[in-house]
Amino acid sequence: MWWRKAREADLDQEVRAHLDMATQERVERGAAQKEAERAARREFGNMGLIKESTRDVWGGGSLDRLMQDLRFGVRMIAKSPGFAAVAILTLALGIGANTALFSVVNGVLLNPLPYPEPEQLVELRESKPNFATGSISYPNFMDWQKDNRTFASMAIVRGNGSFILTGLGEAEQVDGVFVSSGFFEQLGVNPVLGRAFAPGEDRIGAAPTVMITGGFWKRKFGSAQDVLGKSLTLDGRDYTIIGIIPATFDLLGSLRTREVYVPIGQWSNPLLMNRAAGLGIGGIGRLKPGVTVQQARADMERVTQNLAAAYPEADKSIGAAVIPLRKWLLGSVEPFLLVLFVAVGFVLLIACVNVANLLLARSTGRAHEFAIRSALGAGQGRIVRQLLTESVLLAAMGGGLGVLLAAAGTRAALDVLPMTLPRAADVAVDVRVLVFAGAVSLLAGICFGLVPALKTRKPDVHETLKEGGRGGSGTRHRAQAALVAAEMALALVLLIGAGLMMRTLAALWNVNPGFEANKVMTFGFSLPPSMTNASPEAIRAAFREVHDRFQAVPGVQGVAFSWGATPLQGDDEWLFWIDGQPKPASESEMNWAIDYVVDYDYLRIMGIPLKSGRFFTAQDDEHAARVAVVDEVLANQFFAGQSAMGKRLHLSGGEILEIVGVVGHVKQWGLDTDDKETLRAQLYTPFMQLPTKGIGGGAGVVVRSDQPATVFPSIRQANNQMSSEQVVFGAQTMNEVIASSIARRRFSMILLGIFAGLALLLASIGIYGVVSYLAGQRTHEIGVRMAMGAQRKDVMRLVLSQGLKMALLGVAMGLAAALALTRLMADMLYGVDASDPLTFAGLAVILTLVSIAACYIPARRAVKVDPIVALRYE
Amino acid sequence: MVEKKEKYQNRIELLQGTLDLLILQTLQWGPQHGYGISVAIRNRSGEILQVDTGSLYPALHRLEKQKWIKAEWKVSENKQRAKYYQLTAAGKKHLSRERSKWSRLSDAIAGVLNPEQM
Repeated sequence: MWWRKAREADLDQEVRAHLDMATQERVERGAAQKEAERAARREFGNMGLIKESTRDVWGGGSLDRLMQDLRFGVRMIAKSPGFAAVAILTLALGIGANTALFSVVNGVLLNPLPYPEPEQLVELRESKPNFATGSISYPNFMDWQKDNRTFASMAIVRGNGSFILTGLGEAEQVDGVFVSSGFFEQLGVNPVLGRAFAPGEDRIGAAPTVMITGGFWKRKFGSAQDVLGKSLTLDGRDYTIIGIIPATFDLLGSLRTREVYVPIGQWSNPLLMNRAAGLGIGGIGRLKPGVTVQQARADMERVTQNLAAAYPEADKSIGAAVIPLRKWLLGSVEPFLLVLFVAVGFVLLIACVNVANLLLARSTGRAHEFAIRSALGAGQGRIVRQLLTESVLLAAMGGGLGVLLAAAGTRAALDVLPMTLPRAADVAVDVRVLVFAGAVSLLAGICFGLVPALKTRKPDVHETLKEGGRGGSGTRHRAQAALVAAEMALALVLLIGAGLMMRTLAALWNVNPGFEANKVMTFGFSLPPSMTNASPEAIRAAFREVHDRFQAVPGVQGVAFSWGATPLQGDDEWLFWIDGQPKPASESEMNWAIDYVVDYDYLRIMGIPLKSGRFFTAQDDEHAARVAVVDEVLANQFFAGQSAMGKRLHLSGGEILEIVGVVGHVKQWGLDTDDKETLRAQLYTPFMQLPTKGIGGGAGVVVRSDQPATVFPSIRQANNQMSSEQVVFGAQTMNEVIASSIARRRFSMILLGIFAGLALLLASIGIYGVVSYLAGQRTHEIGVRMAMGAQRKDVMRLVLSQGLKMALLGVAMGLAAALALTRLMADMLYGVDASDPLTFAGLAVILTLVSIAACYIPARRAVKVDPIVALRYE
Repeated sequence: MVEKKEKYQNRIELLQGTLDLLILQTLQWGPQHGYGISVAIRNRSGEILQVDTGSLYPALHRLEKQKWIKAEWKVSENKQRAKYYQLTAAGKKHLSRERSKWSRLSDAIAGVLNPEQM
């Protein structure tokens, strides 16, 4: 910038010439040389400032000044590395936590669904009296597809398929999905190899075909190109492999990976063509361009009403639920991510307040420097700009470190807590996250830099210089106290949020699920595929043999097969009417109950209490009279005021059951939500009396053991000794089942807990720092007081009360803010009110105690002040 | 002291456009340096207008940047090297525009202030 230097010299000379001429004129009028020079200078004014504003006119100066400010900022930061390290680390924590959570919000909520025109995609469900979003029956789906006018396409997806794979290494269970033709085209997914299902290939009776995922292709075939046309043996049937689905494709909303996709028509379930059956089938539709969800709903209303008229027995009061796919997949995640985002924002605010306080304390010390600079011609805007440059520089360093922390921390957190978030794989630090981090850093830098910068804005040059650098004014102390109170308030809000979540979790853990979870584990079981077409007698014999073999495994205290619903996992319903009442005209007018088809030992294994009558015995088998056991809810709902014992139920399938016992209710739908569900009646029937049609190759198994977490390998061993094609899979203890049913709340609690802990730590450091600083400023005063006879405890009280005043103000503000904000998270709470007085009061007391502890250290130090030294310090 | 200075600066701020006009007018009588301009304005205004150097030099450099005046180093009558400013052709045109604007403005203000004389 040589031209700049030349102009600088030019300006210098111009100003000097001006002064010389003014001096000379005064001398000519008779003034003494010295006197004239001084007068000329006084008349000229602040030379530095005038040069500065003249330079401003030249333009191009702002970049120049920025570089100058940056250089100076770096030098200032390097000069006090301790201060810089604390500030940068504090900011890194705040910005890092925000960036981490934003990368989650970005990946899960902000990024569009990975399909072309995702806003046209909707989830399709049947709305039924007991289920707002129930399963679609296959015949109804085909009529929907045919009769609608608003959809470009519709496809079926039934996610919970489970197949036994044989003939390719050790027999294993694989998770699969039943879909209709057009499913992949609708989502815009192209096979990496081969083709997708052709129209008609999904019909019942079509030749068996299968598509496999990239992961499965790699695992089982080493990604060999010649895999197309080979056959895959699933449940004993040969399927021709026709295409490979990209490894990146993920069936959204599912938290498990699926490996094989099979046309819906291949499903051997005898109820597939039953119009009233609920088989867990969902649908995905693509609206025609320009069609709104409301229009589609109106259209489907018409379609379902026509079906209800045509098939009253099955379709009376069956409607269609049309839900935008994004809302269906992510609607439940949104509120809890929002709460976490607010919480983490508070952490950053506290971090900013802390750094602002540090800067304030430092700017008091630098008052002398600023006075000198402004005397030398620095404009006020210039000094503010310099301070802001310094704080933004600090924020940028903190932000850089924070992004690194976030990148490492996010993955770690998601790996520790899987199964809580859909689309967790989409969470990454991308451009948008970096832009966010940059913006947050800049904003934070301006926020925490502005307060001290404005405080130093109007330095009284004269006074400050006279004072000789021993600084400190009342307004600055008030600002610091207000900032500390604010961060106390923010910390209290977070503590209360985390406290409410912890009480929620505690309340949930104390909910009695209706069974004893501690000693029970469960897994899936499948007979060899060769048994599929065996006679019911042979299948029952095989189950009995397996039962005895598992029962003999060391550590196993009881084994029971279970079919139908499993507590807190899958549900299954049966329809019935009570003997003596007329048979309802349609299925929707029948009574519904959750069915558990279980072995006679089930009640003891699960620890469900027997209320009256008896449970099943080994004699309640296929040869005995059909019996049933009901839960208290069913008994009270249908036989209120009388005994349920001996009453008879007609199942929609035609069987008649006699009730022989009543047992306790099990929280099928979840620890928190079960009470609110309408369908809660439960019906138990003996496993061996399962209709011969329904008895197939697979069942769930529940095992009672003192070591539920470690007994499974021995069971697997016993199983493999029986047959290499017989498979056990998916072992879980009941405690794990309960834990995963509340995983999302636990995830929120852990994160809120971390944020609250961070907030508490930062706030304590904040109040400690400010009280220490203020006590240090008052060393002289304290010395005087002690010299005048003040006792140690008086001094102690003096310092503590100063801190306590800030803390209490903060606590009061925090309580008010929390009262307003915890309402946001009311939906996440259970068993505790959003304004629970105990949590509020308890945490307010804890925060106050922590701040007293933080103030105690500087108070102790103040007490040790030696009056002689303090006074001499002057 | 700080207070007083601030008020003074405010007044000059308001007269910014006027200062440009005064500088250009002063230069119409021939090239002049910064000090000379300030002295000339003070004298011609009967000592009423004090030109603040804090406004004068930025104004000079601004006018130079707009190419209404140009600068040259010369030696003064007192054998002193000084930076002399002089009007350019564009500056002369600008001055006449500004002058007529100013006289219309002052006539108008005078009319408002003394309606009976109209």
